[in-house]
Amino acid sequence: MSIISIFFTALFYISLIVFLVGMVKKIYQFGITPAPLKIPIAPTPLTQKGVVMRIIREIVLFESLFRSNKWIWLFGWLFHIGLLLISIRHIRYFWPDDLPDIFLLTQSFKYAAFVMVFGLIGLILRRIFVERIRYISAPSDYLMLIMLLIIGISGMIMTFTSNHTDIIMVKEFTSGLVSFNWKNLPTEVYFLIHIFLVFVLMVIFPISKLLHIPGIFFSPTLNQVDDARSKRHIAPWALKQEQEHATQLEQILGKDE
Amino acid sequence: MVKEFDIPILPTYLETPKLKEGVMDGEGPFKSAQEFQNPLGFPGEKVDNWQKVAIDKIGELKSKYRSVQVFLDSCVKCGACTDKCHYFLGSSDPKNMPVARQDLFRSVYRRHFTFAGKYFPKLVGAKELDDDMLDDWYNYFHQCSQCRRCSVFCPYGIDTAEISMAAREVLDVVGIGQKYCNQILGKALTIGNNLGLPEPALRDTLLDLEEEIEEETGGIAVKYPLDQKGAEILLITPSADFFAEPHIDGLIGYGKVFHQDGVSWTLSSYASEGANFGMFIGSYDVMRKAALRIRKAALDLEVSRVMVGECGHAWRVAYSFWNTLSGVGVGAADEFSQKLQDQLDHRYPQPQHIIEYTHDLIQRGKLVFDKSANDDRTVTFHDSCNVARATNMGGILGGQFILPREVIKAVCNNYVDMERSTIKESTFCCGGGGGLLTDDLMEIRVKGAVPRMQALKTVEKDNGVNTLAAICAICKSQFSKVLPKFDFDPYMIVSVHQLVSEAIIMDRRKIEVQEDKSEVD
Ligand code: SF4
Ligand code: SF4
Repeated sequence: MSIISIFFTALFYISLIVFLVGMVKKIYQFGITPAPLKIPIAPTPLTQKGVVMRIIREIVLFESLFRSNKWIWLFGWLFHIGLLLISIRHIRYFWPDDLPDIFLLTQSFKYAAFVMVFGLIGLILRRIFVERIRYISAPSDYLMLIMLLIIGISGMIMTFTSNHTDIIMVKEFTSGLVSFNWKNLPTEVYFLIHIFLVFVLMVIFPISKLLHIPGIFFSPTLNQVDDARSKRHIAPWALKQEQEHATQLEQILGKDE
Repeated sequence: MVKEFDIPILPTYLETPKLKEGVMDGEGPFKSAQEFQNPLGFPGEKVDNWQKVAIDKIGELKSKYRSVQVFLDSCVKCGACTDKCHYFLGSSDPKNMPVARQDLFRSVYRRHFTFAGKYFPKLVGAKELDDDMLDDWYNYFHQCSQCRRCSVFCPYGIDTAEISMAAREVLDVVGIGQKYCNQILGKALTIGNNLGLPEPALRDTLLDLEEEIEEETGGIAVKYPLDQKGAEILLITPSADFFAEPHIDGLIGYGKVFHQDGVSWTLSSYASEGANFGMFIGSYDVMRKAALRIRKAALDLEVSRVMVGECGHAWRVAYSFWNTLSGVGVGAADEFSQKLQDQLDHRYPQPQHIIEYTHDLIQRGKLVFDKSANDDRTVTFHDSCNVARATNMGGILGGQFILPREVIKAVCNNYVDMERSTIKESTFCCGGGGGLLTDDLMEIRVKGAVPRMQALKTVEKDNGVNTLAAICAICKSQFSKVLPKFDFDPYMIVSVHQLVSEAIIMDRRKIEVQEDKSEVD
């Protein structure tokens, strides 16, 4: 294997480990942090089923964002849906054997790259030109979008221009990564930029705002059922405190008789 | 000491303002002195190692509150919330944009608790908690009414109210509390209500009220029982209801409704307050202490129902938190909660809102109204934030929007809603919630009222609205103050139960006449 292939192979595993360990840690942290009070936000579902539907609508349709601002919704939704379709299409590269026929359907998903890039450009322009959004943006907010844009554009260059990368080699390399059957990777610059930034993205996932992906499932305003009167909701620390403080409170308040 | 400022001119359309950095910079509200801080368990003045104390507290809060942890990590700076806050819309100060307000907290969290913030602070906008930052916290977290409007529009439900509560708790533990909230809490926890009305004064007030009603109704003896053991209903209401207009007219309404239902009810002098400012300062413990007083009152008076009067955040605390804090509801295991569960009548929701109660009576035909008594009014309803965004009524989806409107429509002939994007879950705050109802914050209160006033102006012009009904004591007080600043009649703000009170027919003979009439119809 060439030096560069070894480098990228190693980088893949390092980023993957950082990604997995980081995400598991974060999700664990989100999971063990109790929500001591019932704080669902209107329009609040009164049943568990309603909550599930609410989260699904948020994830699939970006419902709150739609209610809020049609431009941000449009760009944000197009970017995410484009990214999703493209990602599905990328499964082919990790599939070690011949693709099942069903993947023929994903052939046209490559055009989703235009949708994704369009969305990203919209988001970047908003960030630059809308004063309010410029005000709240840190350098990392721009960088993140630019990175995604470069990933998208480099991918498009390889797909839609004459700068094709050796697809067979790519497939051998990427499927080799998952099956531990390491192979050389093509060294065209667009390809290297493309995958390098994808690896970077994996590394920064657990330490950046990309945490919005697990975050949405843990958001107490979205995932709580509005049933406070009929079901007691109490966090472990609050229960413990309640038991420990019982006597002290009696002194302060006068004993309940 | 209080800054002079211009009263904004109401725009015809509500537009997102251009940013004016620093317009709302300042000292923030009056600071709480030692005498108000210590009883709540907070230091009397800024502690020496305040930075360390603050950072430790942030660490504690993020491990105790999933909201804080998840909200600090998940914001993508999409900007969807930036133009949703009434304080930003009214003041143009960018730090009043919800995400920018959160960022005052988030930048410090990043610096101390995240990898990126520790090693690349500039890149991710991480900042030290220095004196300037602390001033910004005190100032801008007291320009948030914790109304949660921003949260409705955030794709992740990020709730700035939770962050502002956490920030205020941090400020309290370093010794920089807000005078208004902490002083009031002191009174509520020792005397039993926010006004500091002791039992004899309360009793006198209620007696006067009884006399007044008897005179007005031509001899109908509506009673306002205090500390009546064995009554069926314990009414917990904001203490503003006991003395000031327009609040007291609501109290008159509750009394008349109870009277007509023939139910026995009582107020408690020990827990004569519905409002629980513990929520505003973000303190679970203080909020719990205040809630426990109510449990004690319910136990002592052996009531079987606990009911809450017209107060927005009192209803939020009661509806969403009482069961957690003190077991008023179902499912708590400790001795006193158990005793209370046995005592409560579970055919009714516990606690119940007075609107739910009146609505139910209306549905069952127990009340008779002469709607024409309100014919001089064209009414619109202001959904109070805490009721609208944090609670339910009647156990039906959106019941908190439906029930009050149905009650109003049952007692008035002319009802109009304000523009859809300014009511229900998207309602605009009155501008005075969250512990901001103090004269030293008048500037932000007036500016924050602009979006609500603008929507009101529109229905005034287009539909002749002359009455603004609300079910929150803070809204009522705030509107009484700010309405005249925008050339409205300050008396146009009324309690929903004032409208009920005006239309309700108490006199048997009149009821019979009314019933005959409806048969002819
Ligand atoms: S809407 Fe939510 S995610 Fe977007 S900037 Fe505001 S708080 Fe952050
Ligand atoms: S005042 Fe309301 S809308 Fe503004 S930041 Fe606070 S919670 Fe959000």
